[in-house]
Amino acid sequence: MAIKTYILVCGGTACVATHSNELYEALVQEVAAQGAQGKVQVVRTGCFGFCAKGPIVKILPDETFYVSVQPSDAREIVAEHVLKGRPVQRLLYEKGRDRSLIRMEELSFYQKQYRMVLRNCGVIDPEKIDEYIARMGYEALAKVLTEMTPDQVVEELKKSGLRGRGGAGFPTWMKWKFTKDAPGGEKYVVCNADEGDPGAYMDRSTIEGDPHSILEAMAIAGRTVGASRGVIYIRAEYPLAIEHLETAIAQAREYGLLGANILGSGFDFDVEIRLGAGAFVCGEETALLASIMGKRGMPIPRPPFPAVSGLWQKPTVINNVETYANIPVILLNGGEAFAKVGTPKSPGTKVFALTGKIINSGLIEVPMGITLREIIYDIGGGIRGGKAFKAVQTGGPSGGVITAEYLDTPIDYEHLQELGSIMGSGGMIVMDEDDCMVDVARFYQEFCVDESCGKCAPCRIGTRTLLNLLEKICAGRGEAEDLDKIREVGTAMQKAALCGLGQTAPNPVLSTMHYFEEEYRAHIEDQRCPAGVCKQLVTYEIDPAKCIGCTLCARKCPVNTIEGERQKPHRILQENCIKCGECLKACKFGAVSRR
Amino acid sequence: MAKLALEDLRKLREARAAEFHVRKADVLEVQIIVGMGTCGIAAGAIDLLTVFAEELVKAGVRRVRIRHTGCMGLCHSEPTVEVLAPGMPAVIYGNVDAETARKIVNQHIVRKLLVDDHIFDRPAVDIIHK
Repeated sequence: MAIKTYILVCGGTACVATHSNELYEALVQEVAAQGAQGKVQVVRTGCFGFCAKGPIVKILPDETFYVSVQPSDAREIVAEHVLKGRPVQRLLYEKGRDRSLIRMEELSFYQKQYRMVLRNCGVIDPEKIDEYIARMGYEALAKVLTEMTPDQVVEELKKSGLRGRGGAGFPTWMKWKFTKDAPGGEKYVVCNADEGDPGAYMDRSTIEGDPHSILEAMAIAGRTVGASRGVIYIRAEYPLAIEHLETAIAQAREYGLLGANILGSGFDFDVEIRLGAGAFVCGEETALLASIMGKRGMPIPRPPFPAVSGLWQKPTVINNVETYANIPVILLNGGEAFAKVGTPKSPGTKVFALTGKIINSGLIEVPMGITLREIIYDIGGGIRGGKAFKAVQTGGPSGGVITAEYLDTPIDYEHLQELGSIMGSGGMIVMDEDDCMVDVARFYQEFCVDESCGKCAPCRIGTRTLLNLLEKICAGRGEAEDLDKIREVGTAMQKAALCGLGQTAPNPVLSTMHYFEEEYRAHIEDQRCPAGVCKQLVTYEIDPAKCIGCTLCARKCPVNTIEGERQKPHRILQENCIKCGECLKACKFGAVSRR
Repeated sequence: MAKLALEDLRKLREARAAEFHVRKADVLEVQIIVGMGTCGIAAGAIDLLTVFAEELVKAGVRRVRIRHTGCMGLCHSEPTVEVLAPGMPAVIYGNVDAETARKIVNQHIVRKLLVDDHIFDRPAVDIIHK
């Protein structure tokens, strides 16, 4: 007898805590008791990410999704669903909840993700153009070449409301229109694949998984603005993405989807790859264009904008990878269909690289307007190790933090800006109670000091000044007026720096200071790091009354600075201690403490 | 391959689209689709290809295709592998090490029983072929 039905029981940590093991046993027993062995298999799975509603049970092949299932429900699931094919209504995830914010009709009823940009990632073989074509690939280009005028393409983008996914959120249709309307015969299409935020890898994954979507979108842009050449600027440290792009370009040329007379339409367009050396500032569009032209990657003041004078001083449309990946979908389904996803002011989806202290780290794509709570708890499965959520960092070195009290704020360009953060390119780093906000600000400031190109004084000197102040505070030498100095320098940089890097470099420190001023004050006034991260402010000690002399801490200590005889209280020799905290983790008797 | 005209592109699409349409219903052959983004490779996806190939030969499985794909988004559980087999639901396995790969061949593909503790949910519906 062949297996017909599979009962999947979530075995993630959170579901195990809500007795999914007992549920699993109960289901196995019921299957046996009701004589269904051989027809059904009960399977324990990995985490399904919907932990707040656990334990989760999913029935295959009909994809029924049950939530909050108790061991006592096992009998009914087997008797009704498995044997009679009637789903147990009361256990289904309720469909009637308010989705007005997300405005999604097509969203599968329990899944929070909607994959438009990542539509082909993890589905097709990125090195086979036929698989891309099989899934509507190059159909949008065909439509643009045969049925649409450039003005209609711009109009469709306008209806879609698509905004630049590089972070700033500038309306894409305007960029395209300005470039299209700019005088001059020779024009360029550029793709910004210089992804550089720490913890962000959306663009890399998109190119690796679906390189043709970028080529198709760039050809569409070329047709629309009147360009016949495109350049993809990608950092050399993404070798697999580059390899897949090279393969894709060669295949598209072979099929005549790049090159002369594409699809017999008379339109010529070709794409070349330029490798960047990995400077963060080259993600800024004017610096990026300078780098392509063989100059040092430094920004120049705008205007003129690239739409008027860009690559080789010719009108240039420059968009980020994710922006391009949206284009074929918009032109295939229409701008209006696209605008139905997300919020009215920020339509569509956003890809995030969800990392940090989260259980299910991953590459996620969600409709704009989703709340941070849904991302962290329903998709991410919550905070690792049962720790308390502290903040989420978005926008990398240009962004800021969002705290627990704003977990229900809808994620879109406007709301994030109101909170003092930015959408950024899509890095989302989750932090828990063990993360020190001053140290986080120091980390990003250090990054900005390294990456500042040095052209303008506000950025070159400002980032260094902020870093000095932050290092001083982390070392316990902070003074009361330092916070005012940070504000003063930071505000000046926001106003006076030449490009986005310098203007936004103070954001991480200003944002953490705004939400966690007490933590800064603890460092300055009490020489104390509440999270126990800033090493110069932390001392580890062993309580002689609790220590039984098991020697475990001494064996774990990487610098051998714990002394003591077996079965007698041990002692940490402070002068050599590197404050790694291994002794605290090792001690089973609560004798080690951190101050 | 000659340059495509518009009708060639659409013919090619029609010819290849069926492959993706049948995915969830009835495939005729076994497909093992390995996530081969940077993330998957870093977690050991390349070694898995050899393990699968060897184990399939050992188990005497015929009509099977090992395919590559990009990142499925389940970074917490790389390497990830999707398995399609005739008469079985499409399933994504995560944290697939050599031992799990062997189980996938001998248990999932040969005996048609899902493998415990490694199944993950597909993160979203497919917007192309709903």
